[in-house]
Amino acid sequence: METQTVLEARNIIKNLGGNTVLRGVSIALNKGDIKVLIGPSGSGKSTLLQCLNLLHIPEGGSLLLDNKPVNFKNKSELYQLRQKVGMIFQEFNLFDHLSAKENVSISLRKVKKQGRKEAAKRAEIELQRVGLDDKMNLYPAQLSGGQKQRVSIARALAMDPEVLLLDEPTSALDPELISEVLVVIRDLAKNGMTMLMATHQISFSAALAHEFVFMEDGIITEHGSPKELLAENATSRTKDFCAKIAELTGEQA
Amino acid sequence: MVDFFNPIIEALPYMVSGLWITVALVIGSMGLGLIVGVPFSALKVYGHPLIRKFIGLYVWFFRGVPVLVLFYLFYFGLLSWLAQISFLSFLPFNNAFFAAALVLGLTTGAYQTQIFKGAILALSPGQLKAARALGMSDFQAIKTIILPQALRFSLPAWSNEYSIILKDSALAYVIGVAELMSRTRSVAAITHKPLQLTLFAGLIFFVLTFIGVKGLKALEKKVKIKGYAQS
Ligand SMILES: Nc1ncnc2c1ncn2[C@@H]1O[C@H](COP(=O)(O)OP(=O)(O)OP(=O)(O)O)[C@@H](O)[C@H]1O
Ligand SMILES: [Mg+2]
Repeated sequence: METQTVLEARNIIKNLGGNTVLRGVSIALNKGDIKVLIGPSGSGKSTLLQCLNLLHIPEGGSLLLDNKPVNFKNKSELYQLRQKVGMIFQEFNLFDHLSAKENVSISLRKVKKQGRKEAAKRAEIELQRVGLDDKMNLYPAQLSGGQKQRVSIARALAMDPEVLLLDEPTSALDPELISEVLVVIRDLAKNGMTMLMATHQISFSAALAHEFVFMEDGIITEHGSPKELLAENATSRTKDFCAKIAELTGEQA
Repeated sequence: MVDFFNPIIEALPYMVSGLWITVALVIGSMGLGLIVGVPFSALKVYGHPLIRKFIGLYVWFFRGVPVLVLFYLFYFGLLSWLAQISFLSFLPFNNAFFAAALVLGLTTGAYQTQIFKGAILALSPGQLKAARALGMSDFQAIKTIILPQALRFSLPAWSNEYSIILKDSALAYVIGVAELMSRTRSVAAITHKPLQLTLFAGLIFFVLTFIGVKGLKALEKKVKIKGYAQS
């Protein structure tokens, strides 16, 4: 089967606060790929994800969307890319003054210039998909963390992204709320959504991911299928790291 | 007793027309302050460093110089000079009301810039990031996500600013604006009854403050974000 590259980063370099946080990172996502970013705190996972939708403009390297290079300096190319590359944040980042439904429809109206009715209709569909049929008119302050994250997923999906970037989508959640978000992510995976996710949910993502990408100190040091990296007889940094997380969280890796 | 109130009753029509000038002056300057303050606060936070510097200077100047001094400086200085420039002659630079509204508007504009800026900075930075991540331009994100929230949170301070500008408007008599206070003084000079008339003027200012603050409180309640614990 022919593979189609959706998003590719080549040799990305990013400086923040005088430090080189990304020191030449390359990664490619083919259609339907599910890759998981893991690595110690401060290794540059969030920075990489934000470079991939140009919330951070890299100092070096290139970005290709559907095999076409993106010009970072061209504002309209920038906005185009961001529409096609959805992003889920650890802290949800819902718009506090808008209801769940408006959170989803606002970008349809403002960015995609859809009519009020059409946008509202789409918002309802997306919120139903994440199981929030009965919460559509509630405001962020009236929702639980798990519900907020599901709204933010609906908000991203409404834009019909080609890729979804998820930055520790469950890390800010109380333990009992994590699974409701993971269920949604698993559904997305089932439906073939291309995803790159930073997470500490090792066992969940091992079951889902085609590839684990291990970052350390601003570069990718290991990558491979979770199966081979975590195999009984494997000796990988990834495996050590996952074992450490398992120890900390009490999760069975 | 009737004698005591008589001067007020006689002066009433004259003072009420001054009241309308006061109201117009306050609405005009608060409006100008809003027109200046909203974009300036956003530019102060998100703008180019040079623009931020310029706005900083503007705020510093209008916060540092007393309103009374500004009235003289503008009316007898800057504006009378501008009035001599022929291609600007369509603007009413020699009009005292115009000068007063400009001075009060730019003054409250400086304070309103600070108020809105504080509210913008108090919002979680993640919301702007999320808006950008959805493909909104910075202008769209600030207009549809940031400002609607920042303006809501600014209402209590804005209401405070209203009561300050209302009181400051009484200083406009120094350049001859026929507002409430200036009319009170001229009637008092003729009738020699300054106490009653000044008390009455004070009462009117009090009522104006009361109405404005109540109205803004009602607005605050009306636009309150649901689920938010806000006083
Ligand atoms: N705005 C910033 N200014 C300066 N330094 C920054 C900034 N943001 C991140 N950094 C630094 O860049 C490095 C990488 O940060 P990043 O958030 O990408 O790591 P991470 O892998 O996502 O970590 P975590 O697992 O804690 O989320 C860290 O050393 C961090 O201190
Ligand atoms: Mg991170």
